[in-house]
Amino acid sequence: MAVAARSRQTKTEKPIWDRTAGRWIRIYIPLFLFILITLFPFYWMIVTSFKSDQELLDQNANPMFVVVPTLHHYQFLFFESHFAQWLLNTTIIAFASTGISLFCSVLAGYALARLRFKGANSIGWGIFITYLVPPTLLFLPLALLIKTFHLFNNLFALILTYPTFLIPFCTWLLIGYFKSIPRELEESALVDGATRLQAMFRIVVPLALPGILSAGMFAFTLSWGEFLYALIFMNDTQTKTLPVGIVQELIRGDDFFWGQLMAAALLASIPVALLYSFFVDYFVAGMTAGAVKG
Amino acid sequence: MASVSYENVTKRFAGDTLAVNNLSLDVKDTEFMVLVGPSGCGKSTALRMLAGLEDITEGEIKIGDKVVNDMPPRDRDIAMVFQSYALYPHMSVYDNMAFGLKMRGTPKAEIERRVTNAAEILELGPLLKRKPRQLSGGQRQRVALGRAIVREPQVFLLDEPLSNLDAKLRIQTRIELQKQHRALHATFIYVTHDQVEAMTMGDRIAVMRDGILQQVAPPREIYDNPANMYVAGFIGSPTMNFIPATVQGTTVKASGFELELPRAPGVEKGTLGIRPEALTERPKEGHAGLDLKVEVVEILGSDQFLYGTVGADAITARVDPNLKVEPGDRVRLGVDTRRLHLFDLETEKAIL
Repeated sequence: MAVAARSRQTKTEKPIWDRTAGRWIRIYIPLFLFILITLFPFYWMIVTSFKSDQELLDQNANPMFVVVPTLHHYQFLFFESHFAQWLLNTTIIAFASTGISLFCSVLAGYALARLRFKGANSIGWGIFITYLVPPTLLFLPLALLIKTFHLFNNLFALILTYPTFLIPFCTWLLIGYFKSIPRELEESALVDGATRLQAMFRIVVPLALPGILSAGMFAFTLSWGEFLYALIFMNDTQTKTLPVGIVQELIRGDDFFWGQLMAAALLASIPVALLYSFFVDYFVAGMTAGAVKG
Repeated sequence: MASVSYENVTKRFAGDTLAVNNLSLDVKDTEFMVLVGPSGCGKSTALRMLAGLEDITEGEIKIGDKVVNDMPPRDRDIAMVFQSYALYPHMSVYDNMAFGLKMRGTPKAEIERRVTNAAEILELGPLLKRKPRQLSGGQRQRVALGRAIVREPQVFLLDEPLSNLDAKLRIQTRIELQKQHRALHATFIYVTHDQVEAMTMGDRIAVMRDGILQQVAPPREIYDNPANMYVAGFIGSPTMNFIPATVQGTTVKASGFELELPRAPGVEKGTLGIRPEALTERPKEGHAGLDLKVEVVEILGSDQFLYGTVGADAITARVDPNLKVEPGDRVRLGVDTRRLHLFDLETEKAIL
C-alpha cells in the first residue's frame, strides 16, 4: 500500500532536474538580469564617487573597481560647493509642494468621488486633461506669473508651481481610491452622529491611508526630481534645487567632474530610496487597491 | 414619543426614476413595522429617506411630531443597521460600538457602561478588542446591532440585516431581534424582501411594489385578507393559486370545477384565489370539491405539497404528509369556501 501510494505520488511530480532548471529559467535568471541592469548604474555611481581624479583618468586602471577609495568628492560637495544648500532647498520644496498637493487632492478627490453635484464628472475629466498638458507648454505662462508676483529665485516659485501638475495627478489617483471604500461606512457614520467632515476624517481618510501615502510618495518623487521649472525659475546659485544645481554647477564649461557629479547624484537619490523602502508595503497596497474587491 | 409618519412622500431620482410614489404610512410608537417587497420596490429608499441619507423629493417625514425633511441624519435620533453591517474596518469592536457615543460627546464612563452592557446582552464580551475582519458573519451582525443599541435611539432602522447570514443563523437572529425589540421599547422599522421575516417579526407589514404601497396590516390580516392579487401572491409559500373564472350569481366556474361562493360578488368574471392549505384531502360531506391530477409531489416532513392540474389550471395543494400520493394519481380535494378570494380582472383588487 505504502509503496503504491509513493509511486503514484512521484508519478504526478516532475523530475527534480526539471523543477530546479525550470525555476532557474523562469524566475532566477530573468530576475538576476533585471537586478543587474537596474543596479549597475548605482554601482557605477558609487565606484566613481569614491575614486580620486587621478584614478578616474588613468587609462590603464580597471574602471570597475576602486583601488584607493577617497572621500575627497564628498568633502568638496559639502564644504566647497552649495550642495548642502541645494539639498535643503529641494527638501523644503518637495515637502511643501507635496503637503499642499495632498491637502487639496484629498478634499478634491473626496468631493469628486462622493458628493453628488452638478458637473462633478466634467470637473473630474477637466482635472485629468490638465494633467496631460505638458510642462514644456506651461512654463511660459507660468514664468509670466512668477515674474508678475516677483517670485523668481524664491523657493515659493516652485512650491506654488509644482502643485499644478501634482494636484491633478494625486486627485485622479485618490478619486479611484475613495470610490473603492464602501459608501455605507460613511452613511453609517453620518447616522451615528458624525458630520460630513468628521465622517471623512475619521472613517474615509484612515481607510484611504495607503492610497494617500502612495499619492504622497509619487508627489514627493516628482517634485524631488523635477528639472524644467526649477531650471527656469531659479537662476541664483543659492536657490537652486539638486537636479539643476548638480548639472549646472558641477559641470564647468565642458569639464565634467565625474567624481563630484556621481557623489552628488548618489546622495540625491538616497532620500527617495529611503522613502520607498519605508512605505513599500503601503505603496503596493495603494497600487493594487480597487483591482480586487474587498 | 417616537412615532414615524410618511405623508405623501415621493422620491424621484435623476433621470425621472420614481423610486417611491406618494407614500403615506404611520408607524406607531414602539411598533415593529416591516417594509416588504421585491428588490427595486422602493422599500430601502423609503428607509434611507427616513435616515436622512436620501433627499425627499415631495412630501413630509415626521419623527415624533418633528418634520425631519431638512434635518441632518445625526440630529434625527435614529440608529441604522445596514445589510453589509458597515462596520468600521480600522476600529475594534469596542470602538465601533462607541463611535456614535463619542461623536455625541457622551462621557467616557457612560460610553463604557453602555458598550459593556450591550456586549453582555449580545454575548460580544470576549470579542471587544477584535477587529471586524476577525469576526464571523453572525458576530459582525451582532456588533452592527450592538452599535445601534448603545445609542439608545428612538427609532431603529434595519435594512435587510439578516440577508448575509446562513439559514440557521438567520432564524436565531430573527428571534433575538424580536426579543431586543421587546426589551428596548423602541420603534423598529425593518426592510426585507423575505416574506417569512415579514410575517414572523412584524407587528404590521407594509407591502410595497414599484414604489407604491399596496397594503398595511398585521400579518394575520395581510394573509387572510390581501388587498389585491399582488399582496396575495407575495405573502405565503407556496404561493396562492390564481385561477381565471366566470361567475353566475354565487356560483364560480373554472375550467375544471365549480364552487359556491358565500355571497354573490356582483361581477361576471374574475380571478379566483385559493391558498394551498384551503384545499384538504378530507372533503366534508356535501362540501364542494375538485379532482387534482397530481404531477409533482414534495414531502417536507411536516408538510406535503401536491402540484398538478384541474382542467386547464395549475393548482398547488397542501395536504397531510401521511397521505400516500404518487405522481399520476387523481386526488379528490375538498375546498374551504370561506377562505376563497376573488380578484377583479382589471384592477386586480380583492372583491371577496
